[in-house]
Amino acid sequence: MPRELALALRSPTALAMRHRLPRAIVVALVALAVFAVVLLVDGKDPLRAYRDTLVYIFGNTYGFSELLVRMTPLLLTSIAVALPSRLGLINVGGEGQLYMGAWLATAGALDFPDLPSWLLLPLMTAFGFAGGALWAFLPGLMRAAKLVNETISTLLLNYIAPLIVSFFIFGPWRSPESSSYPQSPAFVEAARLPALGSTRIHLGLLFGLVCLTLYGFALNRTRRGLEMRAIGGNAEASLRLGIPVSAYIVVTMAIAGGIAGIAGMAEVSAIQGRLVAELSPGYGFVGFLVAWLAGGTAIGILAMAFLFAVVSSVGDILQITQGVPYAVINLLMAVVLFIVLGQRGPAGTSR
Amino acid sequence: MSTPFAAAVLSSSILSGTSLLYATLGELVGERAGIVNLGLEGLMLIGAAVGFAATSLAGDPYIGVAAAGLVCLAANLIFGFIVIERRANQLAAGLTLMFFGFGASTLVGRPFVGAVISGLPRLPVPGLGAFDALVWLAAPTALLLWWLLFRTRWGLALRAVGEDPAVAFAAGQRPQLLQFQALAVAGLLGGIGGAHLSVGLTQTWDEGMTAGRGFIAIALVIFAKWNPLWAVAGALVFGGAESLQLQLQARGADVSPFLMTMVPYALTLLVLLIWGWNRMSAAPAGLGRNFFGVE
Repeated sequence: MPRELALALRSPTALAMRHRLPRAIVVALVALAVFAVVLLVDGKDPLRAYRDTLVYIFGNTYGFSELLVRMTPLLLTSIAVALPSRLGLINVGGEGQLYMGAWLATAGALDFPDLPSWLLLPLMTAFGFAGGALWAFLPGLMRAAKLVNETISTLLLNYIAPLIVSFFIFGPWRSPESSSYPQSPAFVEAARLPALGSTRIHLGLLFGLVCLTLYGFALNRTRRGLEMRAIGGNAEASLRLGIPVSAYIVVTMAIAGGIAGIAGMAEVSAIQGRLVAELSPGYGFVGFLVAWLAGGTAIGILAMAFLFAVVSSVGDILQITQGVPYAVINLLMAVVLFIVLGQRGPAGTSR
Repeated sequence: MSTPFAAAVLSSSILSGTSLLYATLGELVGERAGIVNLGLEGLMLIGAAVGFAATSLAGDPYIGVAAAGLVCLAANLIFGFIVIERRANQLAAGLTLMFFGFGASTLVGRPFVGAVISGLPRLPVPGLGAFDALVWLAAPTALLLWWLLFRTRWGLALRAVGEDPAVAFAAGQRPQLLQFQALAVAGLLGGIGGAHLSVGLTQTWDEGMTAGRGFIAIALVIFAKWNPLWAVAGALVFGGAESLQLQLQARGADVSPFLMTMVPYALTLLVLLIWGWNRMSAAPAGLGRNFFGVE
């Protein structure tokens, strides 16, 4: 089962994207049309929704900058999926890893409020990395020891991490100034990631782009990347060649989780400024689909993360202008994916 | 612990294990035919929302449950079309179904938030509590599925497809048809499981109310070693973990509700850990693979 997905992540859509850009546009149009019908049935005005979205995104620089804000966590969580997929591992736990990163980064921010910014932010980033890494290290370890399949363990851990966050913000970290809405105390100014000008674009985007570049470079240009691809191709043969497969599994999972953890750190440090319960509208899960659609290539991840940032901003607009719950945007995402998945690739090459 | 406490825990583990059992049985049938459906969580949500909405509209909980089962059957056939007919990756398609369920259930359920329904009527059992019809039918359903899978020609063919569709095809079976049939059963059961949550157990609709039960059910299939009868035991144990937590809370035990909510997930993981990888050898060999057939 994992091998299948690894293969899927490696080849088909990556090729498809290069050669079939017009087709991608058709997919987008069909998806928007189907979603419009859903909105119509619900008594909303789809044309107005789409027009509002266009005006919001391209009408001014702030709207466009918000796309990049949305894209930032998606970049990081999709690398967290793409990296282990090279080994044939399926990390569906980006959501939990993100929450754990946010949790530990918050511990850093609340415990060392007196540190200067140049020391505190790297510390929080390291904490965020460690939190996410822990949440992927465990499934990696269980997988390497051949005890539990990493797909199911990462899925289950997704549900535990937000509960840990809730435990802390309802308990030890509960902010005294807000009684109704549980959240941690606000971070000190030194614990906030700097933003670009008046926008909310923050250093997390740079993290994401650096990680993506490193990811692309490491896989294609280094010995470790080659060995990883070898394991993904045939773990048994790689083991016999003397590649330490188990160590690769554990370390790769930990690094991947750490990257998702940085996404969590960036969300609390730059966007929220405190730890809250509703930290992520499913960035971890969307990251999985981004990585899958991108075929695991760096450039594909960039494009797909942008696409899903657009989709998610349609959700924002609908919520603000027509009172449609944000969760409904999952429908638009599902429609896009169903259409992409439903296209039969050339025999043999696909999946 | 006093006797009423034990009885209360047992009674509520049976009640909350029921939806888990239906969902687990559904996933199990699909996996026996070689198809993993990670979208079970979304499917259960659709079942819960549709079940609640239909009950509220029709005023009859049985119509609600039937509607939920049929709608989820249809939704699972869409998933089937994509993975069987279009041979898409099963995990990606499953997660897509999950997202579809998140969105669709929110949309369907929103007008009914806070609605009051007459849920499934319960038949009291002296000294234990009161159970609705779906609870009574849960264990017989498991038995029926066991019989279908292991004692009929249809079940044999289905399991053969799960092991190796190409061999089943060579033996004169129609793998894709059998997989569609398995997914129809899976969708029906997943929908009933979801509906039992909203129409039987809580008698309310709440966005995202399944809270990961779909994923626990997928883990339970592994726990049950792909055998419907073991699934009954599994569902009881995990229903028990949930109800113990609720009963302790109701009795004012001084433990954080968040820590207790973790128990079912942690327990699932722990059990899989103890069971270990050797259980995997019981998995259908063709699980997750696509059948390219002979066209």
